[in-house]
Amino acid sequence: MWQGRCHSRYSAGDPMTEKTIIQFDHVAKRFDGETILRDINFEIERGKFYTLLGPSGCGKTTILRLIAGFLEPSEGTITFDGQLVNKIPPNKRQVNTVFQDYALFPHLNVFENVAFGLRINKLANKEIEPRVKEALHFVNLDGYQNREIADLSGGQKQRVAIARAIVNRPQVLLLDEPLSALDLKLRTAMQVELRQLQRRLGITFIFVTHDQEEALAMSDEIFVLNQGKIEQSGSPRSIYDEPINRFVADFIGESNIIPGTMLRDRVVSFAGKTFDCVDQGFDEMESVEIVIRPEDLELKPQGEGMLQVRVESQLFRGVHYEMIGKDADGNSWMIHSTKSAQIGEAIGLFFEPEAIHVMRHGETEEDFDRRLESYEGADHD
Amino acid sequence: MTKKLTNTYLIPYVLWIGLFVIAPLAMVLYYSFFDIQGHFSFENYVRFFTPIYLRMTVSSIGYACLITFFTLLIAYPTAYLLTKMKNRRLWLMLIILPTWINVLLKAYAFIGLLSTYGPVDTLLALSGIGRKQILFTGFSFVFVSVYLFIPFMILPIYNSLEKLNNSFVEAAYDLGASAWATFRRVIFPLTLEGVKSGVQAVFIPALSLFMLTRLIAGNRVITLGTAIEEHFLVTQDWGMGATIAVFLILAMIVVMALMGKGWLKRW
Ligand SMILES: Nc1ncnc2c1ncn2[C@@H]1O[C@H](COP(=O)(O)OP(=O)(O)OP(=O)(O)O)[C@@H](O)[C@H]1O
Ligand SMILES: [Mg+2]
Repeated sequence: MWQGRCHSRYSAGDPMTEKTIIQFDHVAKRFDGETILRDINFEIERGKFYTLLGPSGCGKTTILRLIAGFLEPSEGTITFDGQLVNKIPPNKRQVNTVFQDYALFPHLNVFENVAFGLRINKLANKEIEPRVKEALHFVNLDGYQNREIADLSGGQKQRVAIARAIVNRPQVLLLDEPLSALDLKLRTAMQVELRQLQRRLGITFIFVTHDQEEALAMSDEIFVLNQGKIEQSGSPRSIYDEPINRFVADFIGESNIIPGTMLRDRVVSFAGKTFDCVDQGFDEMESVEIVIRPEDLELKPQGEGMLQVRVESQLFRGVHYEMIGKDADGNSWMIHSTKSAQIGEAIGLFFEPEAIHVMRHGETEEDFDRRLESYEGADHD
Repeated sequence: MTKKLTNTYLIPYVLWIGLFVIAPLAMVLYYSFFDIQGHFSFENYVRFFTPIYLRMTVSSIGYACLITFFTLLIAYPTAYLLTKMKNRRLWLMLIILPTWINVLLKAYAFIGLLSTYGPVDTLLALSGIGRKQILFTGFSFVFVSVYLFIPFMILPIYNSLEKLNNSFVEAAYDLGASAWATFRRVIFPLTLEGVKSGVQAVFIPALSLFMLTRLIAGNRVITLGTAIEEHFLVTQDWGMGATIAVFLILAMIVVMALMGKGWLKRW
C-alpha cells in the first residue's frame, strides 16, 4: 500500500481519488413511527451533477437533510469519503447547502453573508477578502459586496446563496429546489448557469427538483423518487427512454402506457395487433405494459402505418399539435406532431420498433438493469 | 371628506394624550421651577447636581442596570427553551400569570419568605450555612425586582425567537458554525429587537422603583423613585420632586433612543 502512495498520488486507497464520495446503504428514515424513506441505496461520485426528482412529499428534502447532517438515519449507514457519518453534525461535514428560501442572513450584507463560513473558520481578513470576491465573481456578482440582502432580486439572492456555499470549497453542494421561486425565463438561464458552474468548480452537485424537464436538462444522473423509495436511477436519456415502470414513465415526460402481452423475445402484442420490438428477457405470454412517447408517433393517412385511430381532440401547443386518438380496442393515444388533423378523422400511426418500450410488472431496479444489460450489451457488440 | 373623517376619529386620542400625557408632563416641568416657598427659581436644578442627588442617581442607574442584566440573563435562555417546549401556550400562561397579581401582594409574600426565621432563613440554617440577613439588603432588592420583571423580558424575546426563521439557524450550522457561534452571530443579532424591547420594559420601570425599596430593601437602597415619593408625600417639596422626575423622564427618553426602533422613532 505505502509503495503505491510513494509512486503516485492516485493510488486506489487514497481517499482523494476514490470515485465515490457519498454512499447510502439501506438507509431508512422514520418520523414518529411513520416511514418516510425506505431502503435507500445509492452512490454519489465526485464531480458529477445529480438530481433528486419526485413529486411533493416523496422525501427529497429528507435525503438532502440526511446528507447535510440535519437528520440521522433510522436505519442503514451513510458514508462520506469512506467514513461513517451517521452521527456527524452538519457543522463538521464538508457539505454546504443552498436552501430553498436561500436563508441569507438579513442582518449581514452580501460580503458578510459570503464571508460567514470563512469567519467561522477563523481565516485572516486578508485571506477572506479575495476568497469572497472570487466566489462573487463565480456567480457573476462582482461589485455587489456592499449591498444589503433586502435590496437584492430573487435571482441575485439565489446567487449570493450559492456564493456563500461555494466559498467554503465544499466537496458536495446540496441545492434544494433553488430555482422554484424564479420566473420561467430566469429559471432557464439559471439552469444553464448552474450547470456551467458545476463544471467549472468540478465538485459534486446534488440538486432537488420536482420539475422533470429541469432534471432532464441539467443532470448527469437522476434519482426518481416516489413515496420514500428510489424508483429508478440513471442518466436522463436512459430514464426517459427506458422507464422502469408506470410511475416513472408517467412522471418523466408524457407517455402512452398501454397493456400488452409479450409473445416471445422481440415480439409484443397490444391494441389487438402484433409488433416487432427490441425488448427481451420476458416469459412467454407474460402480460406487460408498453410505453410509446407521443413524439415517437408519426401521423399517416388512413390505412397506412401500424395502428388506426380516430382523432378525439386536438390542441395547438406552440411547437407541435397534441392530439388524442382512440384505437379500436379503446386505448387512448397521445400524439405530438407538427401536422394537424381534423377531429373525428381516422388516421394511421407509424412507429419504429425502437419506439416501443416494454415494462415488466413490479420489476426491481436491479432485475431491470440486469435484463437491459443482457441484451443491450449483445446488440451493441 | 375622508381626511375630515379621520381627523374626527383622532379627537378622542388627541384629547386623551393631551389630558393624560402632555398636561401632566407640562405640570411636572412647571413645578420643577418653583422652590418650597413657591417662588420661581432654578434652585432645584442646582440642588440636583449636589453629591446627595448625584449619588442617588448613580445608585438608581446602577441598580436598574443590575436588575436589567440579571433579568436578561435569566429571561433569554428561558424564552429560548420555551420555543422548544411542547406545551408552549401552557408554559407561557404560567409565566404571565404572576403578573396579574398585585405587586404589593407579591412584595409581602417575599417579606414572609425572606424574613428572619422565615422559610429561606430556616433552610439556610438547616443546610449548615447559618442564618443570614437576607431581607432589607441590596441583594433582596435586586432578587425580588428581577423576579417581578422577568415576564416582561421573556415575552418580547420569546416573540422574536418565535419569529426567527429556523432556516437561518440551519444555514449557520451548515456553514460550520458551532452552537455558540450560531447563537452569537445569528440567533442573538436576529432577536436583538426583542431584547431591546425587553430591556426598555425592564430598565425604565426599574429606574423609578420606589415601593420595593422600602418594603424589601428597608430603605437601604435609595433610588430616585424613593426620593420623588419622599418629596411629594413627606417633605412636601413638590418642586424638588418634580425636578427629579424631569431627570427621570430625560433618562427614559435616552434609554428609548438608545434602544432604537422603539416607539420614539415612530413618532
Ligand atoms: N421533521 C419531520 N417530522 C415529521 N414528518 C416529517 C418531517 N420532515 C418531513 N416529514 C414528512 O416526510 C415526508 C417527506 O418530506 P420531504 O420534505 O422530504 O418531501 P419533499 O420531497 O422534499 O417534498 P417537497 O417537494 O414538497 O419539498 C412528508 O410527508 C413530510 O410531511
Ligand atoms: Mg422539499
